Amino acid sequence: MIDEETQEIFRQETEALIESLQECLLQLNSTPEDMELVTQVFRDLHTLKGTGAMFGFARLAEFIHDFEAAFEQVRSGNAVVTPDLIAVSLRAYDLIVALLEGEDPPAEQDAELKAALSAVTSGGAAPAAAGAEVAEVAEAEADGETEGWKLRYKLPPEFMEIGGNPVAILEELLEIGGPETKVEAILDGLPSLAELKPNELHTAWELTLPADADEEEIRDVFMFHEDSMELELTAIRAAAPAAAEVAEVSAEPVASADAPAAEAPKAEAKKPAAKKSGSANVQMRVSAERLDDIMDRVGELVIAEARLSDLAQKLNDPNLTEVVEDIRRLALGLRDTTMAIRLTPLSSITGRFQRLAHDLAGKTGKDFDFVIEGEETELDKTVIEKLSDPLVHILRNAVDHGLEDNDTRVANGKPARGTVRLKASYSGADVLISVQDDGKGLDPDFILGRAIDRGLVSADANLSRGEIFQLLMAPGFSTAEQVTDLSGRGVGTDVVKSTVEALRGSVEIESELGAGSSFTLRLPLTLAIIDGLLLQVGEERYTVPLAAVEGIVEEPEAIRDGQEPTTTVELREKLISIMRLREIFETGGERAEFPKVVLVRTGDQQIGLAVDRIIGSYQTVIKQLSPMHSRLNVFSGATILGDGDVALIVDVAQLVKAQGLDHDGKEQAA
Amino acid sequence: MSKEILIIDDSPSVRRMVAMTLQQEGYEVTQCEDGAEGLDTAKAKRFDMVITDQNMPNMTGIEFIQAYRNDPSSSGVPIIFLSTESEGDLKSQAKAAGALGWVMKPFEQAKLLAVVKKVVG
Repeated sequence: MIDEETQEIFRQETEALIESLQECLLQLNSTPEDMELVTQVFRDLHTLKGTGAMFGFARLAEFIHDFEAAFEQVRSGNAVVTPDLIAVSLRAYDLIVALLEGEDPPAEQDAELKAALSAVTSGGAAPAAAGAEVAEVAEAEADGETEGWKLRYKLPPEFMEIGGNPVAILEELLEIGGPETKVEAILDGLPSLAELKPNELHTAWELTLPADADEEEIRDVFMFHEDSMELELTAIRAAAPAAAEVAEVSAEPVASADAPAAEAPKAEAKKPAAKKSGSANVQMRVSAERLDDIMDRVGELVIAEARLSDLAQKLNDPNLTEVVEDIRRLALGLRDTTMAIRLTPLSSITGRFQRLAHDLAGKTGKDFDFVIEGEETELDKTVIEKLSDPLVHILRNAVDHGLEDNDTRVANGKPARGTVRLKASYSGADVLISVQDDGKGLDPDFILGRAIDRGLVSADANLSRGEIFQLLMAPGFSTAEQVTDLSGRGVGTDVVKSTVEALRGSVEIESELGAGSSFTLRLPLTLAIIDGLLLQVGEERYTVPLAAVEGIVEEPEAIRDGQEPTTTVELREKLISIMRLREIFETGGERAEFPKVVLVRTGDQQIGLAVDRIIGSYQTVIKQLSPMHSRLNVFSGATILGDGDVALIVDVAQLVKAQGLDHDGKEQAA
Repeated sequence: MSKEILIIDDSPSVRRMVAMTLQQEGYEVTQCEDGAEGLDTAKAKRFDMVITDQNMPNMTGIEFIQAYRNDPSSSGVPIIFLSTESEGDLKSQAKAAGALGWVMKPFEQAKLLAVVKKVVG
């Protein structure tokens, strides 16, 4: 670890130190009153001890410790420099030199010199040798074992100011406690918003750590701060009748004095016990209608809160702002919890896929493994219900068209049994569900050729690989969409796309010829609330999903006076189709002086929406339109605004289609 | 970007040992010989962490911490104090002056690294 050059620097440094030491000792012999010399001796010894220990001279360091203590006595006035002290010191100096040279003088010499040094400076009262270490007896708790640890701590307010990182502390504790650790921030000590300084820390934390967390390790996290902070670490005992009753622990947690063999089953037995007293996983059935009702109300609460927040901002009263902040926190927390209630694991529908895979194997004679991964992934219940049919379709295609028959696979050097994988996972606020097969893959040239044949794209279209695969889902791509009895009804691949897009999701296709394909559905976690951009058009207000918005620009003067519902304009060096919402929705009302264009993305297309005014981003609670309005497919729903008015949510993809601006429309126009 | 650490210690061998230990782990290290030089360096440039010894000519470690903390630029910069076991009360003095923590001398390289990682990541 220590290279030669460092060793050399160490050697030079110690040489200078021992030289200085010897000189000072000799001078002290003639001027014993010179305190500066005493201090110098003390310092040299101190440095020698520190560096020596770091370079592996443990015996040297230990010896100098006592040597240094003798001069500390002189420095603090408890002893004086005598010829005896100098004589002993010089002998001690010789020992230091010998040890530094790597010699191994008899160990008695150290003890003898230590005793002599102590004797000449303290009158013989040798420091108490290390007493027999008192063995700590593990306290076997009569009434139950440690079930875990409750830790409450509050770091000093200046913690961040002096370079501490509260997040790092939490991370360290989570590492000790593992995934079972529960964390709660306690904000009681928070000053009012007006008095709060951004670099001061006022939050306290309360953690529940599992029993196997080591007390020492937990305390170690705070080793620098234990004296300047509040720290309570208590063990939670199993036998305690109420969870609130915790015993203060002063000794080590129950030591495992048992043989290791006996320990394993014990650890196993603890787990269920911990679960029992922890969060009992009681389930309840609730009607979906009631859930929707709660969601509606929570949504309205969120809206009311937004209005309150606006109001508080205008009044600029810190007391009001504080209450509003609290309400905001509660409302958002309630919203998250409610949304979580609506989440259902994918496993609720995977049963039918298992069955489908089994049946498909029988019908096609293809032998394959069907693997499901990430079944526990949760999605909004409405999304899950709507996904079933598209997934059945993709799965059927994967087996029918993706997988080769077993003989062909063997001939191509693949394992005879194919694999079809249904995989779900989280990705940010989205959920990805993919169906992968290791079959023959998609041939982009073939797909493009067929699309050109069917007039879906022009022959000179320059399409990327991804765009070509997307053609598979264009309406009219497949001729005879097989209506098999397996799926119940013949859902075409184009329906997969439109279903997923109606759920504000997208379909991604990847494939490698000969190696397999994957269809990935990207879906939002929940449908009920979205971040929307609220727009004013004439007298009306509309919302578009903020996620689809790519930019906002001033409406170019060139198209400001147009009356037709759609037009095209060059924006940011690109030709963009503009939809005039005023004309399309016939809103009437006055035109704004500085109208805007909202750039939104739908599929792989960018479209502009001409509007009068941008009101701002808005927590949009989606309310379904009644069945009476189901023909109005250009709106995906409605939302209630703070003032009680209704704003319709524009389904951009449908609107583009209705105006004939989608790819098909364009091709026909061209 | 690698984290930059300032080491203030009058012992060249300790300095070098600390520097090497940290450099091996990818930290960038600047070395100063005493508190006064350390103070100028620390004020001129913001470091991710400062490690200082106590016993040094011109300006001791604690004097350095006090002077540096008086400068607004030190806000949020962690200081680790190198202390020896015989200097128990110095530890609390250093904390009072504004050190985040300390490392006891003599220390093993692994121990120092553990503290540095804990503080600057």
